[in-house]
Amino acid sequence: MSDQSHEVSGVPLLEVEHLTMRFGGLVAIGDLSFTAMREQITALIGPNGAGKTTVFNCLTGFYKPTEGRLTLHHPVKQEQYYLEQMDGFRIPQVAGVARTFQNIRLFGNMTVLENLLVAQHNKLMVESGFSVFGLLGLKKYRKAEAEAIELAKYWLDRVGLYDKADWNSSNLPYGDQRRLEIARAMCTRPQALCLDEPAAGLNPKETLEMNELFHFIKEEEKIGLLLIEHDMSMVMEVSDHVVVIDYGRKISDGTPDHVKNDPAVIRAYLGEEEDEELPPEVAQDFEGENA
Amino acid sequence: MSVQNQKLDMLSLLKESGLAALIAAALALPLAGFKTFDVNGTLTAETRFNWVLVAAVVVFFGRMAISIGQKTFFPSMGQAAGGAAGSIGDVINQNRTLLLCLLLAAVIIFPFTPMANRHSLDLAVYVLIYVMLGWGLNIVVGLAGLLDLGYVAFYAVGAYSYALLATTYDLSFWICLPLAGIFAASFGIILGFPVLRLRGDYLAIVTLGFGEIIRVVLLNWYEFTGGPDGISSIPKPTFFGLAEFSRSGSDGLPPFHELFGIEYSSLHKFMFFYFLILALALVTNLFTLRIRKLPVGRAWEALREDETACRSLGINPTNTKLSAFAIGAMFAGFAGSFFATRQGFISPESFTFIESAIILAIVVLGGMGSQVGVVLASIVLVLGPEIFRELAEYRMLAFGGLMVLVMVWKPKGLMSKRNPTVLMHNDTNAKQGAAK
Repeated sequence: MSDQSHEVSGVPLLEVEHLTMRFGGLVAIGDLSFTAMREQITALIGPNGAGKTTVFNCLTGFYKPTEGRLTLHHPVKQEQYYLEQMDGFRIPQVAGVARTFQNIRLFGNMTVLENLLVAQHNKLMVESGFSVFGLLGLKKYRKAEAEAIELAKYWLDRVGLYDKADWNSSNLPYGDQRRLEIARAMCTRPQALCLDEPAAGLNPKETLEMNELFHFIKEEEKIGLLLIEHDMSMVMEVSDHVVVIDYGRKISDGTPDHVKNDPAVIRAYLGEEEDEELPPEVAQDFEGENA
Repeated sequence: MSVQNQKLDMLSLLKESGLAALIAAALALPLAGFKTFDVNGTLTAETRFNWVLVAAVVVFFGRMAISIGQKTFFPSMGQAAGGAAGSIGDVINQNRTLLLCLLLAAVIIFPFTPMANRHSLDLAVYVLIYVMLGWGLNIVVGLAGLLDLGYVAFYAVGAYSYALLATTYDLSFWICLPLAGIFAASFGIILGFPVLRLRGDYLAIVTLGFGEIIRVVLLNWYEFTGGPDGISSIPKPTFFGLAEFSRSGSDGLPPFHELFGIEYSSLHKFMFFYFLILALALVTNLFTLRIRKLPVGRAWEALREDETACRSLGINPTNTKLSAFAIGAMFAGFAGSFFATRQGFISPESFTFIESAIILAIVVLGGMGSQVGVVLASIVLVLGPEIFRELAEYRMLAFGGLMVLVMVWKPKGLMSKRNPTVLMHNDTNAKQGAAK
């Protein structure tokens, strides 16, 4: 597996080193290491229950990893952040790691625009003088709010929801909700965007649009994307780098083409070929039953 | 129709009503403004300008009501009122600002009408205290979604702060009012820090416990709080340090009626209380309306909707909740110090769990987060028991029945529609989704 051709090159953005997560006796992730690059889409795939979402939860501070180091190289601030040491809410705020959820988590009773403004909370909080300037209605805050609305408008245009900006977000169709959640994450101005099954429940047309959106984010925003996805055609199409995990361990890592043909991956997804490795006595049992 | 159109509408409406009121006043001045009577054979006149005022006010609002009615129910006569002739709810929503202005005007004029007497003013003050408490708790429960069953504890902290500061250090009401707010807010923060990591039911239980702890401490710390005897002869507020409300002044302050050169009336004091609590309540309301549109207000609502998503967007949940808790507590503190100065006597009896329950019921019944709903619910919940007083022992039964009926009729509270804090498009077509 160590031939050079399938190795992914680039500028490291997010380094996962020896990540281990245990829940009591259960090892959800065991000694997982991989590197996500800047301006690339890294897909995390694996069968159900392989621990993909757990990786995301560790990266975004919802879980504290049992062992391991998660390093984010911030390209703008030129700093390194050790995510495993940070409070959950500081990871998006300071290190710039945003995420979406497998089961969409929008602020249902708030409008689409309000959802995007909440995402810009920290910047607006400072601009509103922690509410003091805002309460007084100073110009400085009104200007900041106008800018925030501009950014929201930009992303609403991107995901095609501008006309529905004043809708209650819970009234949006499912596909729109998925895209709104991504727009909301982008409004935090992240450096790394973690997408947990963004195409789940979408029809083929919507999935295609989603692919285009990912390409746009990668190329225009110059950030790294991490993607959990079950739709293999999508994974193979959009990603630059694929990491396969099974039972919490990495079984393959490389370019999509490399991973596609890796016997370990095929075994994990499709199972072993039966005739090869059965011990003789078991094979005999089988024959006996069949007879 | 556009917002501008509506504004024009309102302007013309105000003009029309103002003109009608002016004519009514001119007519009423000779007709009702003077009363003549015979004193020892000579004809003397007594002025009755308040009657003129009443006539003008009645005509003003009457004219306005007629115009609104015409425009809403017979849209073809005036400009189209947008869509089909709506239900009462639509009528209220369309003329929201106007109705609120009318209501506010009525509330301000109320003490000067002949309806105002000691009893009605007292009752109005009583309702307004609950309106203010409801608005305060609305920040915590309605906006931030933190179920607080011990809100009355902060009310008690405010009341005792004022009572103790005023009786021990002779501080004036106007100095104690902000202090009481600060004390109550600090208690909110002290309670909030360990507790706010809890969610939902657990938070409710802990706040309930906290409320009881405060009451029990007040009851048993005899040397400090006077225990069950309470604190009596709490000083009344002065008229902004300029005058006081008594027949003859003391402490170097002139009596109120002499300062303004009007006749002494025992009602002045009650009117002052009325306006004081009205102002405090309106401050609470304006503050809430304003802060809802600020980042922190949106973060509160977002926390209510989904705390996990908030964390993933970099919002510090603890600080955000704490700010809601502290600000809610601060308004309870203001209300508490008003309560202490109005009653002149406080004891732990006034701060039992049932008070918290009533305030919470006001917020829930009114519709979580709705400011107008709180007013309606306070009127129902506070005046209800007064109206049913005739029913004697069946009073609470009737009251309970009424609450059940409201909840069956409007399960989300009287006013459950949420207004967005910011709009991208101002025309109504794009709002279909929001209106659903």
